[in-house]
Amino acid sequence: MNEIKEKETKPTEEISDDMKVLDDLTSSEYKWGFVTEIESETAAKGLNEDVIRMISEKKNEPDWMTEWRLKAFRYWQKMEEPKWANVHYSKIDFQDISYYSAPKQKPKLSSLDEVDPELLKTFEKLGIPLEEQKLLSGVAVDAVFDSVSVATTFKETLKEKGIIFSSISEAVQEHPELIKKYLGSVVPYTDNFYASLNAAVFSDGSFVYIPKGVRCPMELSTYFRINSQETGQFERTLIVAEEGAYVSYLEGCTAPIRDNNQLHAAVVELIVLDNAEIKYSTVQNWYPGNKEGLGGIYNFVTKRGACRGKNSKISWTQVETGSAITWKYPSCILQGDNSVGEFYSVAVTNNFQQADTGTKMIHIGKNTKSTIVSKGISAGRSNNSYRGLVKIGKNADGARNYTQCDSMLMGDKCGAHTFPYIEVENNSAKVEHEATTSKIGEDQIFYLNQRGISAEDAVNMIVNGFCKEVFKELPMEFAVEAQKLLAVSLEGSVG
Amino acid sequence: MLSIKNLYANVEGKEILKGIDLEIKTGEVHAVMGPNGSGKSTLANVLTGNKSYEITSGEVWFEGKNLLEMDPETRAREGMFLAFQYPIEIPGISNATFLKTALNEIRKYKGEPELTPKEFLDLIKEKAKVLGLDESLISRAVNVGFSGGEKKRNEIFQMLMLEPKFALLDETDSGLDIDALRIVSNGVNIFRKSDNAVLVVTHYQRLLDYIIPDFVHVLSKGRIIKSGGKELALELEEKGYDWIKEEEVDTSTKLEAEKV
Amino acid sequence: MVNSKEFYIENFKTFVEKLNGQSKLFLHEIRKDALKQLAEMDFPTNRNEEWKYTNVSPILKQNFVPAVNTSAPDFSKEEINKFLFNDFDYHLLVFVNGIFSEELSEIGALPKGVVVGSLNKTAKDNPQLITAYFNKISKTDNAFNALNTLYAFDGLAAIVPDGKVLEKPIQVLYLNTSRDDLVLSQPRNLIVAGKNSQLSIIANYRGYGEKKYFTNIITEVFVDERAIVDLCKIQNESDKSYHIEKVQAHQKEKSVFNHYNITFGGAIVRNDINSRLDDQNIETHYYGLYLAGGKQHVDNHTFIDHAKPNCMSNELYKGILDDNSRGVFNGKIIVHQDAQKTNAYQQNKTILLSKTAAIDTKPQLEIFADDVKCSHGATVGHLDETSEFYISSRGVPQELAKSMLIRAFANDVIETIKIEPLKEQINHMIFEHLHRVEIVNSEESR
Repeated sequence: MNEIKEKETKPTEEISDDMKVLDDLTSSEYKWGFVTEIESETAAKGLNEDVIRMISEKKNEPDWMTEWRLKAFRYWQKMEEPKWANVHYSKIDFQDISYYSAPKQKPKLSSLDEVDPELLKTFEKLGIPLEEQKLLSGVAVDAVFDSVSVATTFKETLKEKGIIFSSISEAVQEHPELIKKYLGSVVPYTDNFYASLNAAVFSDGSFVYIPKGVRCPMELSTYFRINSQETGQFERTLIVAEEGAYVSYLEGCTAPIRDNNQLHAAVVELIVLDNAEIKYSTVQNWYPGNKEGLGGIYNFVTKRGACRGKNSKISWTQVETGSAITWKYPSCILQGDNSVGEFYSVAVTNNFQQADTGTKMIHIGKNTKSTIVSKGISAGRSNNSYRGLVKIGKNADGARNYTQCDSMLMGDKCGAHTFPYIEVENNSAKVEHEATTSKIGEDQIFYLNQRGISAEDAVNMIVNGFCKEVFKELPMEFAVEAQKLLAVSLEGSVG
Repeated sequence: MLSIKNLYANVEGKEILKGIDLEIKTGEVHAVMGPNGSGKSTLANVLTGNKSYEITSGEVWFEGKNLLEMDPETRAREGMFLAFQYPIEIPGISNATFLKTALNEIRKYKGEPELTPKEFLDLIKEKAKVLGLDESLISRAVNVGFSGGEKKRNEIFQMLMLEPKFALLDETDSGLDIDALRIVSNGVNIFRKSDNAVLVVTHYQRLLDYIIPDFVHVLSKGRIIKSGGKELALELEEKGYDWIKEEEVDTSTKLEAEKV
Repeated sequence: MVNSKEFYIENFKTFVEKLNGQSKLFLHEIRKDALKQLAEMDFPTNRNEEWKYTNVSPILKQNFVPAVNTSAPDFSKEEINKFLFNDFDYHLLVFVNGIFSEELSEIGALPKGVVVGSLNKTAKDNPQLITAYFNKISKTDNAFNALNTLYAFDGLAAIVPDGKVLEKPIQVLYLNTSRDDLVLSQPRNLIVAGKNSQLSIIANYRGYGEKKYFTNIITEVFVDERAIVDLCKIQNESDKSYHIEKVQAHQKEKSVFNHYNITFGGAIVRNDINSRLDDQNIETHYYGLYLAGGKQHVDNHTFIDHAKPNCMSNELYKGILDDNSRGVFNGKIIVHQDAQKTNAYQQNKTILLSKTAAIDTKPQLEIFADDVKCSHGATVGHLDETSEFYISSRGVPQELAKSMLIRAFANDVIETIKIEPLKEQINHMIFEHLHRVEIVNSEESR
């Protein structure tokens, strides 16, 4: 049945077996099916209990899942949109959104010549391989490309080790006991306005389960990223690392992602048990709006991880360059003794972008450690805020936190803001917070000019140096792309 | 005076000292030499009671008393002194206040009367002269704004003021130029008498040109692997630590090497 | 019992009667505006971001009678002596429950044209000196501000004309106490430093007796071109008292304002120290030291508003918290778009001496100009073990070693105070307040 649906939606009929494997793996199986079905219906705007029941029904969800969505919706109705973030936008009409809008069909192009040359230029700057460029821009790919064989071995390896890596919709069907146990256990549906909305209407997302003692042998989604573009407006990700497990998960894509859905409200939950570790890296490059500040994505994300076990570790790394508005605080609840939380962030805003991002480190267990390194770069007329909380609870003996929070301003019409909250209730704790603000010195640029380096390259060099501590946390090939991405994002911001 | 028996100690869960045996008698000067990370500073800190170091087994007897049962201040009052590798700065507390407090605590412990301000001042002048220290130092805050050399000199000054029975010098020569080294060594040589003892912990031999030891011990991987007279230091200087390591092939190292 | 807001509004009538005709003054128009403002606003709660960590409901649980409405206690010169800082020359002003005491004060000779005295008297005698500033520097940010203005009656007036330099500091003793009623003491201070003038003020807030009282202050400071003002607040109110102050400074070109804020006493303490740097080449220094024990709650909010280019601000706040005390620090720096070449530094360091002490700190930077050098830092920790080991390895007992480190920690704030004899007297207060062995630097070292 799935095969038929695939054929309906794929740009070409001649899908090789290998290609199909790739699709299966990337959770597109269900997604494509979903698309076909709802395409026949009108994507009516608005949100009520019937819509939620319908979403749940379309996904063939069990009753408990439907109920959970409904509870979330009822709760959400009583909530108010948060106003505390340092971002400004006109009020969102939540009844003017289609909550099960179909992923858009890509125009079927026959070659890269038909692709918008601007987009191609960007790809080139980012150094994205030709085959990937084709996929990203919707050009029919008929050749078997490298990743496919990788994917096959990949899938087998994962299966062998007992790792579950599927779409969350699939996991609801296949592993209901795990979903029941963990979904909403870190970010409950009552958590905040957008998280509640997400719980009510989430479209799809990823589920990763790493069994006891297993080290996931590859970065999850290094290959996967090229297919990850249509995860939808209300994405939900759940990753569980059992005792002694390890996984590095990559989300997003350095290539510019355009999406007509203006509101994105994703939820990511991480659960880490004894001696386990999750490394979660994100590159976010949603459409930021045009130079006049029109359009662009509102990216309101709730990301949180619970270090439930002893010696567990969560490391968040993010490179945020896209979206008109970003509201995002990947956090760690350090419950287990000796657990470790890390947050490394580069947030770039240009033109009229606004970002209010940071982290929360909640120290509960003994000898818990957290590190925060945040680099904010503001250019144009943008505003970039770091907002963070470090909380050391009463029983968190020996807790340590180190926070470094640097801002760089480019131009005199942007803003850089720091709102760190530090709450300490235990005297054996040691908390250090440092923040600086600077600009690129003319003397620095001149020095580099004098060595024969152009002003533009000089700026890139300096900016990359500024972000070095964060980039080194990214998986290698991602880091290279992220550096280039920064240059592209800041283009035209230096005179 | 000091007897260390089969001493094991950990720092942050890592075993650093792995069975140290050392006998130091009154009137003797011993030197413990060893490469970086061999456990030299750990030994100095363990003997003076730094709580960051955990003793897992072994005994230390100081003048017939169980040293390991005492807190740091009691050890000091019993006559144990450590010249720190990295002396601490204490803003707002003058050297005079600091030394007077320490000296009077030690005297009180021994049942001696507190010094009068005049006696104290005279003592300061006398000892400062020995080290060629400017008296104005006494009104300055402890180690604040001192250069590396000044800090080390201040450690020796404190030693002369407090007159301990047993002085431990932890890498006192590091960061000193030749003049400072001479002054510091001179201080130590004035200090050493038939009724006290000195343990010099150092990486380099050069300090031992000035403070001539009676015994030299080589520390490697938490154990004393060779002991000898002052000529051992010269030999080490000439041939380096590798020479010793080869000579006394450590079986555990060999095993580790095989594993790799 | 009526709620405190109604009570304070209600009592205004009695206050007007007690004023006995003085209500014709310009001050009274301002009071009437404040009445309207208070009627329209509520006292802050934790839901208000600015009061997130400080719960003022204990203050609102009882109604404090405005000092003017109740009988004033008598103090003799001998009695007040023990509250004074000594060993240096000063002009002395004494306010009892916020009301000037002519008998206890010893103002002495002042340069010509300089007014140092009671605000109430100045408002009567020379209203033209204050109308341009009074309630114009400070805006009503919350109901406590409105309450102060509503009952604004007396306080320090220090008006220094252009070019005048006060050689001796002014020591202002604010002695607060409750006798029959629970008293609301509301000093309202106005400090105006003319062009090229200089003055130094020690604001010495002290409590007397065991009963509760509430001190709610507004201090307005105007620092004109090239003037230098030092305002050193040392607060040691009684254990059960509540203490709220808002300082609002407005600085003009090339002026310097140094604010020192040393907090010892009070059950609930809240300081708002704000400066607006409204011209070029201004310098502002904030130094704070807060010591709390028992169940004290001490909240310091500072706000430095860089509106113009080429200014510098430097802030250092340090706290020592013991027992079950709780500290709050919120340091806000805003650098506006015009304020290029701003240098702004801020440091907040807190040590927790006991397992049950706590701190909430929020250093906050909001920057809209690119060519600036701004930094802030915050640390929370305990006394350094390595330093403690160093000291005890010299034979010093642990308690004494701790005291030495406490003194060492407080030192870089104390050192900034320019009046030498004050330093040792403040050090003494530290150990007295924390009930710890005192460290006095020995004579040889001075």
